Amino acid sequence: MIFPGSGILKGLAVTARNFAGSYVEKDRLTTEQYPEERPKLPEAARSFPFLVYDGDNPETGMRCVSCKICEKECPPQCIYIIQDRDEAGKAIKRPKVFDIDISVCMSCQICVEVCPFESIRMDQDYELSSFDRFGSLILDKPKLLKSNSYYHSIHPTEAAETDGRIEADRLKKEAAAAAKAAKAAAPSVVSASSSSSQQEGKP
Amino acid sequence: MSFLPSLESPQTIDVSLGPQHPSTHGVFRMNVTLDGETVTRLQPVFGYLHRNHEKIAEGNSWLAAMPYTDRLDYICPLTNNWAYALAVEKLAGIEVAERAEFIRVITAELTRLQNHVAFLGFVLGDMGAWGTALMYAFREREKILDLFESLTGARMMCNYMRFGGCRCDLPPGWLDTTRKLVDGFPKFLDEMEALLTGNEILLARLQGVAPMTADRAINGGMSGPVLRAAGVDYDIRKVDNYGIYNRFKFRVPRGTVGDCYDRFMIRVLEARESVGILKQAIAVIPEGPVVNPKAKQRGFRPPAGEAYGRIEGPKGELGFYLIADGSDKPYRFRIRPPSLINLTLLEELCVGTKIADVMVILGSIDIVLGEVDR
Amino acid sequence: MNDVLEAIRTALPQAIVELVNNPGPSAQHSLLVGRKDARAVAEFLRDSLGFDFCSNVSGVDWPPRKVKETVLNTEMVDGVEKEIKTTVERDVPGYLEAVYHLYSIRNKTGPVTLRVRTGDRDADVSVHSLTPVWKSADFQEREAFDLFGIRFDGHPDLRRILMWEEFADHPMRKDYMAPDDFEYEPTPHDKILAKVKARTEAA
Repeated sequence: MIFPGSGILKGLAVTARNFAGSYVEKDRLTTEQYPEERPKLPEAARSFPFLVYDGDNPETGMRCVSCKICEKECPPQCIYIIQDRDEAGKAIKRPKVFDIDISVCMSCQICVEVCPFESIRMDQDYELSSFDRFGSLILDKPKLLKSNSYYHSIHPTEAAETDGRIEADRLKKEAAAAAKAAKAAAPSVVSASSSSSQQEGKP
Repeated sequence: MSFLPSLESPQTIDVSLGPQHPSTHGVFRMNVTLDGETVTRLQPVFGYLHRNHEKIAEGNSWLAAMPYTDRLDYICPLTNNWAYALAVEKLAGIEVAERAEFIRVITAELTRLQNHVAFLGFVLGDMGAWGTALMYAFREREKILDLFESLTGARMMCNYMRFGGCRCDLPPGWLDTTRKLVDGFPKFLDEMEALLTGNEILLARLQGVAPMTADRAINGGMSGPVLRAAGVDYDIRKVDNYGIYNRFKFRVPRGTVGDCYDRFMIRVLEARESVGILKQAIAVIPEGPVVNPKAKQRGFRPPAGEAYGRIEGPKGELGFYLIADGSDKPYRFRIRPPSLINLTLLEELCVGTKIADVMVILGSIDIVLGEVDR
Repeated sequence: MNDVLEAIRTALPQAIVELVNNPGPSAQHSLLVGRKDARAVAEFLRDSLGFDFCSNVSGVDWPPRKVKETVLNTEMVDGVEKEIKTTVERDVPGYLEAVYHLYSIRNKTGPVTLRVRTGDRDADVSVHSLTPVWKSADFQEREAFDLFGIRFDGHPDLRRILMWEEFADHPMRKDYMAPDDFEYEPTPHDKILAKVKARTEAA
């Protein structure tokens, strides 16, 4: 310290540099003028879960088979699933009710990690405030279902990987079915190869 | 604030500081007895943010406890993740993937940087310099949070570490951005020091306020920067050598008298050391898987037993004491919260000082109420 | 851990100290200390062995449980000695446990785990407080008292720390039942409402 007060003056110089610098340097003025200016979210960004469907029809293209793993693993237990049944009362691999209470959900992404059918994924929509405390914060099936192309638009890399996995699974299944058909056509095939094809048939 | 004539003596006055008070970092209350302006007694009151994380974790699976650890000390979620993952890895004897160890060190040191930078802003706020320093600190912290968001998907509730590694690999270009930020960080710290450390008002408010001897600090369970400010050479990164910290060269800064100024400066010095560790880690991070393929996440059942795992968190020693009974839920899930235990000596430090210094002392300990009350 | 045990046994021959084996891979074994000897053992650990840092104090609840044990008996069957395995079910009474994790900052060693058990879970729940030995146990013992109901004799200020004073139960115990409505709390207003109701019913 050279003379009393020099520390304060040094600090004031820093403030002055920042004040003047904020007019020229982008680094010193990082404020974003939301909502006019919106941040570009990184690909990994996540808000709340949604359900992916393939094709155009949400009901038939739904990937979810209502296995209820996400319901069981969800840490705050915000997922609620009822399995669908046909007229005879037999269970169909499709959820009748799929609700996510996003007032409880904590965006932890564990449902995404545990889903074996690549069905539940994280959305990036963050403008979800509403005047209704209970009703509009429970997302039901129509609100949750979003198309695969939407998924591609928010998480391109992850979606491409997922599609690759699904495609590989499908090819494997087809190969297994073909092998099975070949075996049925020619029953004299050695048993060792048939057992291996059966194993492949179960992904 | 409520002013009541004290029952003990007609000359003293009881003041309830908090729970709503800007400089108590959340909902923390202190019942202070004053004689004039001098503090004669101080009783901290906890529990306004109590959610009983331990009970929640004991009712959920082992994996489901991970996102809850983010919410303990919400300023530094990634070190909390690491402490829990470390304890579970000890409990079940899981090896961690090599690349994941590096990612853990990088994210943990980034967390330490942003915590210490935020601390500089907060402690200035506690002293009444609300605004300038805090905004500069938060501007820099925001850049680190952006890195966390592009890596983990969330700025604060990261939920990133997994047993035996991390959840996902680094996105392309992430390391370059981090390198650029780390290289520019000492310049920011210099600027922050030019703004603060020579300032006569700051020195008058911090120097000589509430000194702490090394013996008292150890007996009172202080840990982390508060312990080292009292002159104790104890850093769990050096002592336990957890993760891969033995591969990096760094010094452990120490204070001399343990007053508020030492506690303030130790954070600046530690941030500089963290920058050094980050540079070394980014230079040599290997390729490879980010999670041990043998480690199970869903339906994870560690063998019966118990383990206490601890890391050097930015606030102090963050430990997890876990008891497993062989089922898919923790039998006992205990968090050792550094913020709570660093408050043990708060009354000793504050008695005899002026009421205006209480806020500075509390600020210099650096607590987060999410962890104090859990 | 064994040399710590030996040192305690030589210095305090009358104290009850047992080694509790930890079967898990962490192999952090612990010392079970008799309730009356905890204070003496703690002071010995601090002053003679240099364990100056009490890192963690944790309560653990062990409700009454049944333990199945396989016992080997040799019996004479038809003149031949045979080993017969019998499974015996043994009742273990419940108790509460305070677990202390100690480190030495001077020697940079640790952890040493001390366990102190209460007699049962209702009436005989007192153990000696170690706060006079390590000040850092202060808030943590209060927490164990609050959440588990372990009474620490000799604690300077044993009050509830996280729950409010009027709270009756101990929420971390295994048999604690959470109320249906967490937000309900009797307020002074309820008394007035009850009075109004009584008055209107009388009229």
